[in-house]
Amino acid sequence: MKLKEKLLSSYLAFEENIDLENDIHNIRNEAIKYFEHSGFPHRKQEAWKYTSLNSILKEDYSIFPKKEDTIEYRDIKKYCIHDIDTYQIVFVDGIYASHLSQTTHDKFDACLMSSALNKAKYKPIIKKYFNKVAPQESLTALNTAFSYEGAYIKIPKGVAAEKPIQILNFSTGNEHALMIQPRNLIIAEDNAQVQIIERHQSLTENAVLTNSVTEIFAGKNANVDYYKIQNDKVTSSLIDNTYISQDRDSEVSMHTFSFGGKLTRNNLNFYQNGSNINSILKGVTIIEGKQHVDHNTLVHHRKPHCESHQDYKGIFAEKSTGVFNGKVLVDKIAQKTDAFQSNNNILIDDQATINSKPQLEIFADDVKCSHGCTIGQLDEEALFYMQSRGIPQKEARALLMYAFANNVLNSVKIPEINKRITKQIALKIGVQLGFDL
Amino acid sequence: MLKIHNLHAEVEGEKILKGVNLEINPGEVHAIMGPNGSGKSTLASVVAGNEEYEVTEGEILFDKSNISELSADERAHKGIFLSFQYPVEIPGVSVTNFIKTAINQIRKAQGLKDMPANEMLKKIREKSAMLGMDRKFLSRSLNESFSGGEKKRNEIFQMAMLEPQLAILDETDSGLDIDALKIVADGVNKLRTKDNATLVITHYQRLLDYIVPDVVHVLVDGKIIKSGDKELAKKLEKRGYDWLKEEQLV
Ligand SMILES: Nc1ncnc2c1ncn2[C@@H]1O[C@H](COP(=O)(O)OP(=O)(O)O)[C@@H](O)[C@H]1O
Ligand SMILES: [Mg+2]
Repeated sequence: MKLKEKLLSSYLAFEENIDLENDIHNIRNEAIKYFEHSGFPHRKQEAWKYTSLNSILKEDYSIFPKKEDTIEYRDIKKYCIHDIDTYQIVFVDGIYASHLSQTTHDKFDACLMSSALNKAKYKPIIKKYFNKVAPQESLTALNTAFSYEGAYIKIPKGVAAEKPIQILNFSTGNEHALMIQPRNLIIAEDNAQVQIIERHQSLTENAVLTNSVTEIFAGKNANVDYYKIQNDKVTSSLIDNTYISQDRDSEVSMHTFSFGGKLTRNNLNFYQNGSNINSILKGVTIIEGKQHVDHNTLVHHRKPHCESHQDYKGIFAEKSTGVFNGKVLVDKIAQKTDAFQSNNNILIDDQATINSKPQLEIFADDVKCSHGCTIGQLDEEALFYMQSRGIPQKEARALLMYAFANNVLNSVKIPEINKRITKQIALKIGVQLGFDL
Repeated sequence: MLKIHNLHAEVEGEKILKGVNLEINPGEVHAIMGPNGSGKSTLASVVAGNEEYEVTEGEILFDKSNISELSADERAHKGIFLSFQYPVEIPGVSVTNFIKTAINQIRKAQGLKDMPANEMLKKIREKSAMLGMDRKFLSRSLNESFSGGEKKRNEIFQMAMLEPQLAILDETDSGLDIDALKIVADGVNKLRTKDNATLVITHYQRLLDYIVPDVVHVLVDGKIIKSGDKELAKKLEKRGYDWLKEEQLV
């Protein structure tokens, strides 16, 4: 059975197990109808021109895993940020793992989507926010249809979450191939602050396809500082759909570190709904082999006096492929917009490729929009310069690549993440650098 | 220490060095002068191991062994240092981190452990003070938006840190005002010992008032056409290169 048919019939089974009275049910029904009609995206669509899902869709995925979380903290420790205190919301094969988690309801909620969707007390919030920024789009609709579990985080007015929250999704390989569809909802009310770290990690070489949707709402003057760490096995693929709605004076910053996975597609969408908003999108991609990473970003400037800063760096080795498709949309009313976009890439090997496509659609006349994209090899002259000072070629290359990625790390506000990512970069590049990181 | 014999080199099929002979002994200072485009920087690059240039004939001996097959870093490990005419900008790596990496990589090649951090710090302080460099300067990205003079000073700072056997200074005077020139020349002189040697490339005599050469060579069109003492440099300053070319023809 083709995956699409399998999903459609699984939906019927899924329906039998959920509360049909729930308002969400209508949303799910609409969504599955939409998916049935649209199907999976394909390369004839402009936004999917350079990313083909064919090879990952042909696996025979289990849609509902057997409930069996056999893993212990020691199995996952190295994938967590464990040297600082955090809240953790941990899922194993898509199912909440309470023994690995630390949630809270004290000053704010950092808990489960399943309870938020089902418990009466969350009803008004779900009604206000759920599926409100996520559009009807094939993969997002598919996720909406099966939306059941994920992280639910709500920071009330004026509260600053005192420690970062980690959303961790592990897959065990108990299934030959597994498809997971996490659904996250994150609400930072007016003047609230939160830091979030998200990771998807397979523990074995069995195929995994994650189709995740995250909706983020930043209220007036709220601050959301979000990190996505993508360093999965080469048998795992991730389609990450993130939709961010920002109110006036808010700042949302998203760092995406893509270091591994068979196919990674980041659909990252910012919608600015007030003045004086800042949206920050940063990415470092370092891949090799036949891995594929696609950053598909949108910043929609809908109000005057807002800023956006996009800075994506990519290093592609061997036969790896990268895509950067960055769209900046400035509405006519959005005067004084300051939108910056930059995408710089280094191709280490002849067979590596990157397709970089900035798309600027500007309908306002008094704006500052700049974009730049470069694709290059490492600078030979710089290599000779470093070698002439006694630094061997391998280390010189590493130092150049490190330096290349370095300025993206400057905006990381959690030192442990900075340290980790720097280490990862050094590790990916295969050398120990000669100075303190 | 350095012995170059009948060196020919080309880039992209264009012959640039056409039979250079040069011998430098420990303790000596040599100067190479010559018009623009005569091949001075090429000679420096080839000695330092730039693979962009193809050596088609001849050999380069350093401490009696042929180094033609060695990579640039291996030559640096043996004690060859090139101060670049146009130092390269490396955004994202600070002056300090760069020099630390260089020193420890050289030590590693020599089978030594990393230099202890406090020793490193002391040395950095000492050498930067000698060259009148500001503290803040050390944490800036290497050569990025440095002025011409700052770049040259930073090159000599690195030389001071690495203490090479043979230092090749390619147009180190360009971009320096007279005060900076004195400081830099003073630094170079302080680093001189009876065991190391310096090769100064310049097309102005000015620098040679401060770093006084034992031998002056004139490189024209890829060949050394005349060698002499420091008086030769003064003569070149006054009369240019044309009389030499004519002398050649006769
Ligand atoms: N990388 C290169 N590619 C092509 N031509 C070069 C290159 N390097 C040097 N040349 C040429 O070789 C000649 C000598 O250059 P150079 O060694 O820089 O001279 P100098 O330092 O004496 O001014 C010049 O004609 C220059 O254009
Ligand atoms: Mg030159």
